[in-house]
Amino acid sequence: MLELRKDIFADERDDNLKEIGKGTQRQDMLGHVTGTSSYFNDHKLQGMLHLKVVRSTHSHARIRRIDTADADRSAGVRRIIRGSDVPRNLNTLLSLINFGKDDEPSLAVDKVRYKGEPILAIVADSEREAFEAIAKVRIDYEPLPTVFDVEDALKPGAPVVNETYPKNAFIYHDVYDHQKLRFGDADAALATADHVLEQRYQMSPIEHAPTETNGSIAAPDTNGRYVVYTSTQALFFSVDTCAKILDVPSNTFHFIGGTVGGGFGGKVDTLTEPLCILGAMLTGRPVRYVFGREEEMQYGPPRGAERIYIKDGVMRDGRVVARKIRAYFDSGAYTRLSSYAAVKCAAHLPGPYTIPNVYGDVYCVFTNRTPATAMRGFGVTAMDFAIECQMDKLANLVGMDPMEFRILNAYRDGDMKAHRREAKNTALIECVQVAAEKAKWPIRDEFKRASSRKDGGGSRAAIPRTPADTHARTIAPAQQRTTYDRLPAAALHEPPREPPPPAPPPPPSPRPASPSHGAGRFSSVFGTRRR
Amino acid sequence: MAKTALQFRHNGSDVAIFVDGGTNLLVALRELIGDMTPKFGCGQGGCGTCSVLIDGELHLSCLTLAETVAGRSVETLDSLKQGPNLHPLQRAFADNFAAQCGYCTPGMLMAAKALLDRNPSPSRAEVVEAISGNICRCTGYEPIINAILAASGGRASA
Repeated sequence: MLELRKDIFADERDDNLKEIGKGTQRQDMLGHVTGTSSYFNDHKLQGMLHLKVVRSTHSHARIRRIDTADADRSAGVRRIIRGSDVPRNLNTLLSLINFGKDDEPSLAVDKVRYKGEPILAIVADSEREAFEAIAKVRIDYEPLPTVFDVEDALKPGAPVVNETYPKNAFIYHDVYDHQKLRFGDADAALATADHVLEQRYQMSPIEHAPTETNGSIAAPDTNGRYVVYTSTQALFFSVDTCAKILDVPSNTFHFIGGTVGGGFGGKVDTLTEPLCILGAMLTGRPVRYVFGREEEMQYGPPRGAERIYIKDGVMRDGRVVARKIRAYFDSGAYTRLSSYAAVKCAAHLPGPYTIPNVYGDVYCVFTNRTPATAMRGFGVTAMDFAIECQMDKLANLVGMDPMEFRILNAYRDGDMKAHRREAKNTALIECVQVAAEKAKWPIRDEFKRASSRKDGGGSRAAIPRTPADTHARTIAPAQQRTTYDRLPAAALHEPPREPPPPAPPPPPSPRPASPSHGAGRFSSVFGTRRR
Repeated sequence: MAKTALQFRHNGSDVAIFVDGGTNLLVALRELIGDMTPKFGCGQGGCGTCSVLIDGELHLSCLTLAETVAGRSVETLDSLKQGPNLHPLQRAFADNFAAQCGYCTPGMLMAAKALLDRNPSPSRAEVVEAISGNICRCTGYEPIINAILAASGGRASA
C-alpha cells in the first residue's frame, strides 16, 4: 500500500496533492477486465497474409549463397523478401536524434552477426505455409570466429563483429571509444586510503518475457497510406524508424497502438513493423508479423549484460575517499540503445554518495550476442547492483553498520557531484532512515538525526584538482548536436573539466542560495523552478 | 486442406465453423469465431492467458484441438459480464488494481471463475494454487490474489 510520509520535507512542499495518495481507476481498467482492450493482434483483416523470418543459425558467419528456389514454389507463398528489397537496409535506432551510425540491416545481406539474425522474410497465406517455406530455404554459410566476452572483444586481434565499429566499441562523437569521468585524483587517494577493496561484478542479460510477444499488422489503407497496428512501446519512434527504413514520408503511416501486453523496454526496437509494412507494400494485402514465444525469448533483445570492476579506497572512520570504476556494457551485435545505456552508466557514477575522488571508464562493446535494448533503468540498474554490493562489503571491511555507512557517505544538498553539478533535492539519508525504521533495523541516534539538508556544501562543494590522463588527448570535434549534450545554460559556466596540471585548483564554485521553501525543491531537477 | 465441420456452444450460443485438421481452439475462437478475449501468449501451455472453460472445466485453448469441443460448451471472458454489469470477479479485479497491461487478465479471470464455481470460499492457498498456471509479468500476483479473495467474500455475503 502506498504510504505518504508527509513529515519529511513537509515545509518544502505545497500540500495540494490532488491525485497522489488517492485511489483512481485506470482509464483502461474496464477494457482489461472485460477483455475488450484492443491489442495489436486483436484485429482480423480481410485477406490477411502472414510473415515469418528466416533466422541465422550461426552467431557469426559470412553468407555465401541464399537459395530460395524450393521455397518460392512452396504452397501459399506470396513473396520472399530479401535485404535488397529493403529501401534503406541499414539503420540505427538513435539516428533519429543524430546519435551513432547506421549499423544494423533489417535483413542480413553479406554476413550475420548473431544467432537468430533475420535474413529473409517470407509472406504466405498462413503461418503454417510460411514455416513450411522457411524449412525449404537453403543458406550456405562460411562460419567466422566469434567473440562473446566484452573484454575479449576489446583485445587486439579480436574478431570484428560489426564493421561499422571495427574496434568492437561504440565511438562517441566520432572520437571516444568510451565514456569517461574524472573528478579529483583517485589514484593518489587510493594510495593513502586505510583500506582498498577491488571487486568484479557481472550481470547477465535478462529477457523481458512479456506475455504478449512483439508483433504488428500492416494493411494498405483506402487513401494510399498504411494502417499499422503494433505492440510498440514507442509509437512515434517506430513511425519515424519505419519512414527512414522504407524511405517514405512518415505521414505514409497511420500507426495505432498504445495498448501493449507488457513491454518493460523490450518493445521499443521497432522489430517487426518495417518488414510487416514492406510485406503489405509488396503484396498489396494486410500482413501480420508476430513473434512466436521461442522467437521472443531467444531473439527478442534482452537487457544488456554488464561487467563492472570497482576499486574503492575507504578510511577507518568509514569515509569512502576514492572510487575507480571500469565497466563494459554488452551491446550484442548492434548498437540499438546500448550507446545510451553506457552514457547513463557513466552518469550514475559514483552512485548517490559524495566521494571526493572518482574515476570512471565505461565501454559500450559489440559481441556476437543478441543485440541488447532498453529495460527498466538499463545502464543504471547493474551499476547500482555493483555499487550497493560494494557498499555492504566496505561497511563490513571497516566494521560499520551498512545503513549507517550509507548515511555517512550519502550525498547532501549543496555537495559537488563528480559530474560537476551541485547535488539538489537529495533524499538518500531520509530513504535509509525510513528503510531502517520499516525493517526495525537499529541505527544510532546521530544517524537518525542526519539530514540531507544539513552539513552539505562548504568544502564538500569544491571541485578538486583533477590530473589529466597521461596518454595523448584527442582533440574533440565540434560539439555533436544531440539531446544528450544539450546542457542547461547554468552548466556552461562551469570550470574546464580537466584543467592542465600547472593551473591552481579552481575555487569552490559559489553556491547558489539555499533551496528555497516551497515546491521549487521538487521541480528543480533541470535547473528550472516551477514558479 | 480438408476442413471439418464443427458445432459447439460458445458463451451460450450455438456456433458452427469449418476447421483445418490440427487447428487449436484458441485459433478457432479468435480467427474463425472472432472472440478476441482469449489471448495468445506462448502457444505451449506455459502462460495460461488463453484459458477458457470447457463444460465448466478450466482448459488451455492453445493446447486443445478445436475438433474436441464438438457438442460441448465453451466459455470465454466474453461470457462473464452480466448485461451491462460487471461480474463480481471483474469488479474485484478493477477495484483491487489486479490488471496492469491486461494481457494475462482474461486467463486469470477464467481461472478464478473456475475456482469460485467449485469452491465459493477458497483459502488464500487455494487461490494461489488456482492461478498457478497463469503467468503475470507486470501487475504482480498479490493484487490478483487479493481481488479473487475479495470477490469470493462478496459472493459469500451476497
